Amino acid sequence: MGLARRLYRGEINVDFVGKWRLWYSLSGFLLVVSLAGLLINGLNLGVEFRGGTVFSFKAPTATIEQVRQEFTDQGVHQPIVQTAGEGWRVTTETLGEGTLTQVQSAVSKEFNVPAGQVSIQSIGATWGGEVSQKAWIGLGVFMLAIILYLSMAFEPKMALSAIVALIHDLVITAGIYAWSGFEVTPATLLGFLTILGYSLYDAVVVFDMIKEVTAKLGHTSKQTYSMAANNALNHTLIRSLNTSLVAILPVAAILFIGTTLLGAGTLKDLSLALFVGMIVGTYSSLCVATPLLVTLKEREPKYQAIAKRLASTGGGKGSKGSKSAAVAKG
Amino acid sequence: MLLALILALGGTMLLQKAFTPKLGLDLAGGTTVTLSPVTQNNAAPPEEILDRAVNIIRDRVNGTGISDAEVAKSGSNIIISIPGVGQSEAIKLVATTAELRFRQVLAMEATQAPQDLATNAPTPSASASPSRSATPKSSKTPEAGTPKPDASPTGKAPASALTAPTPAASRQPSDDPDDGQGPNNRQSPDSTQNPKKQQDGKGAKASPSATPTGQASPPPAQNPGVNTAGIDPAVLAQYNKLDCADPKNRGQGVQDDPKKQYAACETDGSFKYVLDVAKVVGTDIDTASAGIQQGTTEWVVQLDFKSQGAAAWSKLTTEAYNSQEPRNKVAVVLDGVVITAPNIISPIPGGRAEITGGFDQISATNLADQLKYGALPLKFNRSSIDTVSSSLGQDQLQGGLIAGIIGLALVVVYSMLYYRGLGIVAVLSLVVATVLTYTAVVVLGHNANFRLSLPHIIGLVVSIGITADSFIVYFERIRDEMKEGRRSLRAAVEVAWVRARRTILIADAVMFIAAIVLYFLAVGGVAGFAFAMGLTTLIDIVVVFLFTKPFIALLAKLKFFAKGHPLSGLDAERMSEAGTSGHTTKPQEA
Repeated sequence: MGLARRLYRGEINVDFVGKWRLWYSLSGFLLVVSLAGLLINGLNLGVEFRGGTVFSFKAPTATIEQVRQEFTDQGVHQPIVQTAGEGWRVTTETLGEGTLTQVQSAVSKEFNVPAGQVSIQSIGATWGGEVSQKAWIGLGVFMLAIILYLSMAFEPKMALSAIVALIHDLVITAGIYAWSGFEVTPATLLGFLTILGYSLYDAVVVFDMIKEVTAKLGHTSKQTYSMAANNALNHTLIRSLNTSLVAILPVAAILFIGTTLLGAGTLKDLSLALFVGMIVGTYSSLCVATPLLVTLKEREPKYQAIAKRLASTGGGKGSKGSKSAAVAKG
Repeated sequence: MLLALILALGGTMLLQKAFTPKLGLDLAGGTTVTLSPVTQNNAAPPEEILDRAVNIIRDRVNGTGISDAEVAKSGSNIIISIPGVGQSEAIKLVATTAELRFRQVLAMEATQAPQDLATNAPTPSASASPSRSATPKSSKTPEAGTPKPDASPTGKAPASALTAPTPAASRQPSDDPDDGQGPNNRQSPDSTQNPKKQQDGKGAKASPSATPTGQASPPPAQNPGVNTAGIDPAVLAQYNKLDCADPKNRGQGVQDDPKKQYAACETDGSFKYVLDVAKVVGTDIDTASAGIQQGTTEWVVQLDFKSQGAAAWSKLTTEAYNSQEPRNKVAVVLDGVVITAPNIISPIPGGRAEITGGFDQISATNLADQLKYGALPLKFNRSSIDTVSSSLGQDQLQGGLIAGIIGLALVVVYSMLYYRGLGIVAVLSLVVATVLTYTAVVVLGHNANFRLSLPHIIGLVVSIGITADSFIVYFERIRDEMKEGRRSLRAAVEVAWVRARRTILIADAVMFIAAIVLYFLAVGGVAGFAFAMGLTTLIDIVVVFLFTKPFIALLAKLKFFAKGHPLSGLDAERMSEAGTSGHTTKPQEA
C-alpha cells in the first residue's frame, strides 16, 4: 500500500511526540544556524529600510552596461541594476528632488521611454526605521493578544507552545534569509507576518483535537498524555498536510508569476517569504508545537500519575520518548 | 440569507453602476508621497495640528487643479496620493513648507475674477482683504469706483489695517498654545501707542477701498494710474499678464523668491498686486494670536516679532507709511499668494503689531496660525515618494490576477482529485467566496473609498488557502465520523459540523486577531494586506456557515453521496478497508 493511499485512509501513524529528542535537536540546530546567520551575515535589507531610490522602467533593448552607464553619467554612485521581466530596476542612494527629475528625464531620453513611464520610489533613511519599529510593535502586541486568546480558548500551556513554535518559525525563516542573502523588503515583512497567522492556524487545529482527545483521560485510561496527543496529531495529519498544500499552492503561483513575469518586486518578495515560512510552519506545528506541549503537560501530576500507572502495569509503554506509538496498529 | 447578502451587494453594484473595484495607485499608476512630521524627541504631534496640516496640504493639492488626489492621515504620517503620472511638480509643491513673506505693495488693481471662484479660496482670511466693497462685480457696474457711502461713518469698513496694538486689546482664549502670553501682552507698555494715531487709523481704515476700485474701472490699458516707478519691468509684464480668475494663479504652493519683486493674486482672486522684495519674512515672527479688541466686538490678529524682525518690520512700516496709496500697504504673502494686504496707518517700531478689519473668530485664528507657522503647522520630512507608471501598475495588476487565477485553479484541481464529489462543494464554496469578495471590494471601493492595491490582491490570493482550509477541516471531520462506521452520512454531516465549527471559529479568530493587530499597528502596505486578510476571514465564516454546511446537508440526501459512490469522495472502501480497520484511527484505542 503506497504512502499516499495510507495517508488518504488515515492509516499512517507517525510517532511525532515520541521522537521529541530528534525534533528538539533538529530545531535547536536550525535555530543556532539561523541565529548565527543573522549575527554573521545579517539581513540584506531592501531600499525601504536603508533609504534610497529605485527607478523602474521598461527598455527591452538596453543592456545592463548601458543602463548602469546612464545612471553613472548622471552622477549616481554605484547604482544596482536588476532586470525585472522586460524592464529594469535600478537602486541608488537617496536622491534629492532635483536629481530625481534629472535622472528620470535622462533615462527617458536615453532609452526612449516616456518620462511618465519611469517609476520612481524614493525612501528617506529614517522611514525604514519607522516601518520596522511599527512591525516590531505589531509583532509584540499580536503575540500578547494570541497568548491571551489561546489561553482562554484552550489553556496557557497550549498558548505558550504555539508561541514558541511561532518564534521558532520566524527565526528559522529569518535565518534562511540571512544565509541566502534574499532581500528583505516591507513585502517580506508582510510575508513574515502572514506566516504567524498560518503557523498558529495549524497549531490551533491540532490543539483543538488534542484538547478533545485528552479531555477523556482519567484514572482508568490506558493512555498517557503523550500517546493521546500523538494520536490526535496523526488524526489531523492529513488535514495538516492538505491545508499546507492548499495554502502553499496559491503562494507558489504568486512566487512563479512574481519571479518569471515581473522580476524583482513586491510579489516575489512576499511569496518567497511565505513559501519558506509555510514549509517551516508545517514542520513546526507537527514537530515542535505538539511535542513541546506534551513536555509541558507531562509534568502535571495528573498525567504523571497516569504515565506511572501505565508504566508499572505495562499497559502502555511509558511517556515521552516512548516508541510504542511509532507503528500503526489495527 | 447568503443569497440576500449577495443580492444586496450585487444590487448596490448595479445601482451605483460600479462593476470594477477602485484601484490603488500602485496598480493604476500615480504618485504616493508619505510625509512624516519632524518633532522634537520624536513625539507624535497633536492630532489637531496634524488635521490642520492635512487640510492645508489638501488645499494646496486641490489648488493645483489635480483632480482625485487624496490626502489622508496614517498614524502621525500624512499620505498624499496623486493619480496619473508626471506629477513631479505636485510632489515639490505639497512637500515644501512655504514661507511667509511681508512685501510692500507697489501697485495693485481689482480683477474681474468671477465671484463664485472665491469660494475656492483656501483660507477664509480673504475677508481681511483691503476692500471687500471692491468686489469684481462692482467694477463692472456703473457705480464702480464709488465707495460705499456707509463705509466710513460706521467705522466698520471691511478694510484691514495694521496698527500697533492698543493697550486695551485683550485676548480671547482660543486653541492657540501661545495664548498664555495674552496677559503679558496687555501689560507690556507700548511706547508707540498713541491714542491720536489710533484715531487716525480708524479714519484711514475707511478710505482705501476707493482707490483700487477706481483703478479697476478703466480697461486694462498700459497700467494707467499705476505708478510704475521702481518696478522691475519684467515683473510688471508678469503683472499685466497675470489672470487671477485662473485658479492656478491662486493655488498655493508657488515658491516666490524673497529677494525679487513679485506679481501675485489675492487668494480669492479679487485683486492682483506688484509686490516689493520681502523685507520681513515668516521666521522674523515670534508669535501671532487672535483676540478681541477690548471695548469692541472686533476680532484682531496680534503679531510679535523677534528682535531682528522687529527692526526690519519697523523700517518696512515706516517706509510704507510715508508712501502714497497703494504703496502704504504691506502684503502678507503665503505660498505665493497674498492672504491679506493691510494699510499701514503708522510706523510700527515696537516689534508688535495688530491687524484689524473684517475678521471673525475663524478668519482671525486662521490668519494667526498662518502667520505663526508659515504654511504648515509642522515641519515634514518626505519619508517616501513612490511613483508608479501606469504600465508598471498594469503589470503588477496583471501579475496579481494571474497568480490568483493559477492559485485558485491549483486549489480546485487538488480538491477535485482528493475529495472527488466533496471537491465540488469546495469549488462551489470558493466560487461563492470569490463572488462575495469581489462584490465587497467593489462596494467598499465606491462607498468607503477602498482602493484595491497590490498588498490587497496578495492578501486575497493568500487567503484562498484559509478559505479552503475551513472546508478541509469540515470534510476531514465528516470522513472521521464515517470511518468510525457507525453513522449514516446525514448524521455524520451534523455531528462533524458541531466539532468542525468550533475549530473553524477558533482558527478564524486567530487570523482575525492577526489582521486587526496588523491593521492598526502597521504602516502602508501592511495595513492593506491586513485589511484583505480580515475581510476574507469574515467572508470565510459567512461562506462556511451559510453555504458549505447547508449545501453538504443537502447533498447528504442524495443517493450518490449517501451510498458512498466511489466518485463521491465518501466511499467506505477508499477511506479504510471496510470493517476491518474501522477502529484503527479512533484516538481512544491507540
